[in-house]
Amino acid sequence: MTELLVLAVLGAAAVCTGVLVFVVDSMARATFSLLASFLATGVALLLMDLAYLGLLTILMMTIEMAIMAVFMIMLMMNPAGLMPMTMVHNTRGSVVVGVVAFVVLTVGVWTVDWPDRPGPRPADATAQVGEAIMGDYMLVMIVVGVVLLATMVAGIALATHRGRYDRFGPDLDRDPDDPVRGGLPR
Amino acid sequence: MTELTLQVVLTVAAALVGTGLFGALSQQSIVMVMMGLELVVNGVILAAGAAWAYLTPQLPGAQVLVLVATVVMAVEMAMGFSVALAIYRARQVDTVDAAEDLAG
Repeated sequence: MTELLVLAVLGAAAVCTGVLVFVVDSMARATFSLLASFLATGVALLLMDLAYLGLLTILMMTIEMAIMAVFMIMLMMNPAGLMPMTMVHNTRGSVVVGVVAFVVLTVGVWTVDWPDRPGPRPADATAQVGEAIMGDYMLVMIVVGVVLLATMVAGIALATHRGRYDRFGPDLDRDPDDPVRGGLPR
Repeated sequence: MTELTLQVVLTVAAALVGTGLFGALSQQSIVMVMMGLELVVNGVILAAGAAWAYLTPQLPGAQVLVLVATVVMAVEMAMGFSVALAIYRARQVDTVDAAEDLAG
């Protein structure tokens, strides 16, 4: 009963702060509101005995939202919300899609005949997931590794200020006009 | 009681998904669209965690799904920021409406 109550309070906090993200004027405040939503989810995972995944969510989201706040202030108009403004389009259609998704999922949740819990939770859930990704679910781990590597390469390629063609131009055979020549001997 | 707890947590997850969908579809700012997508993945993480705790605690599948959802979120953030930076650098664009010509 206590677990249900605490989870309900955490869930309400996660949803309220999630809604606040799109209500507050300040983009910095929206970022930290989203962080609060993730923290509530992380604590809920901790309550479900998912120590590693709960902590992972909390730590990763804290760093991620800190980076996001920097981007907000760097790129966006009105990061501090000093001038009230709304930057939305197609609000009515978006509300309809959001509400329909919520209603359909909720009806499913309350009408499905959920199976009984097959047994107690393992003593160490972290060991369970660790053994899984190094055993039966290793393909998942391999794919995740490749995806993360591709993301790193693509992220650097997109974010660097100048690329190969800025230095060489269309003629790749000539030497680039670098202020300091690369290579050896200088 | 276990089933009730599962249903309450899954309802919360559904609310997070609905809120995130609303945000991703309604916001003009690129970073705010990303925030909406993050909320959707937040709901997925919560639902997968609840599925493990209240349905299949003896099997690791739901935990692996949480792990994958976390990776999806990291990839989405990294690529989203890279694209936002690239298009801002090229055209000083920070809203999706200003980049409508990319739709083809």
